[in-house]
Amino acid sequence: MVNLKNDDITPSETKGFPKEKSSAGKLKIFFGAAPGAGKTFAMLKAAKERLEEGVNVVLGNVNSHGQPAVENYLSDFKVFLLRAAFQKERLIEEFDLDSVLALPPDLILLDDLAHINAPGSRHKKRWQDIDELLRAGIDVYTTLDVLHLESQKDLIFQISGKRVYDSVPDTLLERADEIQLVDIPPDDLLKRLEQRKINVSDWTEEEIEKFFRPGVLLALRELALRQAAEKLDDQMRRYRSQQEITTVWPATERLLVCVGPNPRSDRLIRATRRMAAGLRAPWLAVHVEAPALVRPSSQDLLRLEEHMRLAESLGAETVTLHGNRADEAILDFARARNVNRIIIGKPTHPRWKDRIFGSLLDAIVRGSEDIEVYVITGDVPQKEKPPTGARYLLTRPFKEWLFSILSVVGCFALASIVAPYLVSADLVMIFLLGIVLVAGKYGRGPSLLATLLSIGLFDFFFVPPFHTFAVHDPAYIVTFGVMFVVAHVISRLTYRVKDQADAALQRERRTAALYSLSRDLVHERSLPDVARIAKKHISEALSYRTKILFPGPSRHLIPLDPCSDETQLDDVEQRAADWAFQNCKSAGSGTDTHSQAKGLFLPLLAASGPVGVIGLWKDGLFARLSSEQMRLLNSLADQTAQALERVQLAEEAQKALLLAEREQLRNTLLSSVSHDLRTPLAVITGAGTTLLRNESLLDEENRRDLVQTIVEEADHLNRLIRNIMDMMRLEAGGISVTREWQSLEEIVGGVINRMTGQFEDHNLEIDLPSDLPLIPCDGLLIAQVLRNLLENAVKHTPPQTPLVLSGSKGEKEVVISIADQGKGIPAEDVERIFEKFVRGKNTRGGAGLGLAICKGIVAAHGGRIWAENQAEGGAVFSFTLPVEPLTHPIELESEGKNHDQ
Amino acid sequence: MTSDKEMILLIEDEFQMRRFLRVTLQSQGYRLIETQNGEEGLAQAATRQPDVILLDLGLPDMDGLEVTERLREWTNIPIIIISAREQERDKVRALDAGADDYLTKPFGSDELLARIRVSIRHSTREKAGQESPVFQTGNLLVDFSRRQVTLAGKEIHLTPIEYRLLTTLIRYADRVVTHNQLLREVWGPQQTNQVQYLRVYMAQLRQKLEDDPARPCFLINEPGIGYRFKTDADKG
Repeated sequence: MVNLKNDDITPSETKGFPKEKSSAGKLKIFFGAAPGAGKTFAMLKAAKERLEEGVNVVLGNVNSHGQPAVENYLSDFKVFLLRAAFQKERLIEEFDLDSVLALPPDLILLDDLAHINAPGSRHKKRWQDIDELLRAGIDVYTTLDVLHLESQKDLIFQISGKRVYDSVPDTLLERADEIQLVDIPPDDLLKRLEQRKINVSDWTEEEIEKFFRPGVLLALRELALRQAAEKLDDQMRRYRSQQEITTVWPATERLLVCVGPNPRSDRLIRATRRMAAGLRAPWLAVHVEAPALVRPSSQDLLRLEEHMRLAESLGAETVTLHGNRADEAILDFARARNVNRIIIGKPTHPRWKDRIFGSLLDAIVRGSEDIEVYVITGDVPQKEKPPTGARYLLTRPFKEWLFSILSVVGCFALASIVAPYLVSADLVMIFLLGIVLVAGKYGRGPSLLATLLSIGLFDFFFVPPFHTFAVHDPAYIVTFGVMFVVAHVISRLTYRVKDQADAALQRERRTAALYSLSRDLVHERSLPDVARIAKKHISEALSYRTKILFPGPSRHLIPLDPCSDETQLDDVEQRAADWAFQNCKSAGSGTDTHSQAKGLFLPLLAASGPVGVIGLWKDGLFARLSSEQMRLLNSLADQTAQALERVQLAEEAQKALLLAEREQLRNTLLSSVSHDLRTPLAVITGAGTTLLRNESLLDEENRRDLVQTIVEEADHLNRLIRNIMDMMRLEAGGISVTREWQSLEEIVGGVINRMTGQFEDHNLEIDLPSDLPLIPCDGLLIAQVLRNLLENAVKHTPPQTPLVLSGSKGEKEVVISIADQGKGIPAEDVERIFEKFVRGKNTRGGAGLGLAICKGIVAAHGGRIWAENQAEGGAVFSFTLPVEPLTHPIELESEGKNHDQ
Repeated sequence: MTSDKEMILLIEDEFQMRRFLRVTLQSQGYRLIETQNGEEGLAQAATRQPDVILLDLGLPDMDGLEVTERLREWTNIPIIIISAREQERDKVRALDAGADDYLTKPFGSDELLARIRVSIRHSTREKAGQESPVFQTGNLLVDFSRRQVTLAGKEIHLTPIEYRLLTTLIRYADRVVTHNQLLREVWGPQQTNQVQYLRVYMAQLRQKLEDDPARPCFLINEPGIGYRFKTDADKG
């Protein structure tokens, strides 16, 4: 018995191997050739060892298939099995990903990597579950047969005749941190089959008979050993490169496979994948969209999509090229990407076609120069025939045939009229004109009909002997031939031109969609706007209903646009959207994850990570997006993601700026506070201590002076603090304007009443018209403005000069002005006097905040404030307050009517 | 001398403030009970039955508003609120809840003593139950029995609402009356959010009663709070 385990060779070294991500879990695959090799048993044995080491091992889904040896082991995990079973009733059938992720254990055992999950699970396939577990940092032990490898599918079918549907991507085997080969000689395996120790419950009798034969098993065993060896080789290489052993590995290889709609292309793809894996080379799958004579059928297109998707799932970079000539496009691309091997399928069409139309294979081989070209066979016969001639003819619209006939009839009529005056060669030209017209317009079918009709009519009526189809002069045969060739060539050219035009139109549309999206997104500054525009453009470009979702407060994604509230996400869609966001992969309908969701969810990936998710819906059945649509969608999503990220960054920058400004203000305030508050405090302290200590030395007048000083300075201090507080509140955005209908006269009265003492030295004149309307404003705040302006005027003007407070009514605003007859404002200060910390020269005290506060309050009311110097001397400070008509006009009671009792 | 003067309950947590008030009030002959928090204040108010309560809005244990409400559950002892400037809205709420007047820090001793005198005067008048049929201040004379208002000997014609507004203010003379209080008493309880009515009628009243409406002598506006009818009663 050969028992080759790769961890026999590198048991400790493997642990040193770098994981893909330091935080990702480790994947160990117990790998075998065929069912029944004892993989599950080996896995349990290994897990038990880990269990004994004290590792938290959980049984995910391990089926004993009724084998006592395995069941014995399962009983060792009894605790975990029970616990797991307790958590989810169906755990044995379908393990529950969410509860495992919630636990989470160190290691989980999941039998059968190729398992297809029951409908309704998060992922279609178990390997996707495992992928997610690994990303969550959980180690996984699993089992796999070589026959389930995607790249081996064809070989398996060739060897055993078994079609494998539940295959897994080879990349999984590649990314496994360890694989352990579980090998068993075919004879032993067959013996076990006889003893019914192998679970083949879902196999048909015929399959078992065909599959469990020594020849097949030997071949499979060889395949498995080869895969294991490749993996070992890979590990060895990684080990070497890690130990910095200078390598002799060849320069980077790059493979390119030409993919078409032909059904055998998938074999080509798998073969390339195997080759690429052997060479450890990146590979590209290329399809050329060349203008063809006949448009590819929708079936062909679908198959092509499938092939491209297969290639992608096998790790290829897929590219669609556009060009007139496929060979040139492929070779140019291959050179551009440094491809050194091209893989192409053997031609299946008859040789004469190559002779006439040229051979792609031939062209590539000839043009390949230093690139190696591999021609690989495909032996699956082409089962589906292209539409037959009859069907092809029928598919053309009736209009085209009619046009064809009518144009020939027209030509015939013209020819009949001019026949007496012209030679027959000229008449041919007239018919040719008709043919060219039809060929140019409708292509092959109608032009062929026109040609036949024309030849018929010409022969019958204008070629002697007349009124028969017989031809005497052989020169006419040449004429007919020329007519055929002309018709064919022109119709072909027409098609090519049309196709190129179509392709150009499609590209144009894609470019236009992208361009208009990016153009519209450029100017948007808010997330909802970007979302709205992206939604509009994506819906238009793909004719799908679109929703842009953003992470909400509870880690769930929520639509930002309130207008689409009529369609809330249902549970499945919500889960799909969340998953797409968290895993940065698309989910939902048409994907392998949460595929039962009605919509498709595409993460919006920006440089810094996912910013949101696009949801797409189609009424009725969700048609799978073509790769063309997918590409367009991806480009649009990229644009949107970038725009969203830009907006987010801009918002963050704005916040940072605000914060910096606030910080700046705080600093200035601090320095201002420390200076401006200390002066009055010093005076108060000085005066107070003098009074306290030297009371006996002071006469009555001195004592009064000191007390007066204390009171005045305290008042000054009070004003300063009031201003600082107001400024802080204004800056913090904490000032709330409580608008009420206020009478200006009342506010002025209140202010003057409070300030009575301060106007002793000034003559304040108040000039308010009696018909001033009520103003919607915050009385306290406007009183503050008036008070600051009046205090300012008193402070900055010499005693005994008059002050005038006046108000006037404009159309939409009331203007309030305070004029003084002082020295006025220095010219350089007029503009900046309302800025923070700007003080007039030669003034004492004040933090330079009073006017800034006025400005803030007036602005909060939607008014303006300004200062100017009067021609006759003195300054005027004015501000406006907007006036609106009263919401409820006040009905004044009629005089004399007495409502009192 | 101290025994016959009124008793004042001070509810104030700041020591310096209490010291200032103690010196000022005792020098005027008032008897003083000092408490430092709401609970203590409520207890003292119940046991000692003071004539006036000075209540600081910012107390450590409870909101001044709450103290006002709990006092008003059982007593009409005049309450004068002492508040900082940032507490404008609280002040109005406390006044609406039944406080009689307010002082904004910082305030001078004149202002404080005037408020206390007004409050005491009002409460003694209420206790005596005597309402003079005629009210006079300066050159303004209101004859309640004849519903007649004369200014400097000339009869002033007032509309019913204006008259009601004036008499309400006179009833609380020298004390602040909040907007809500006025609206409720003049227009009825359903009109309390229509401050603009008040403004218009007050403007009319000022036009009729004041020499210079922008510098009123009687009808003083207390911005954000209400109105105060100022008399010359305290000048003596």
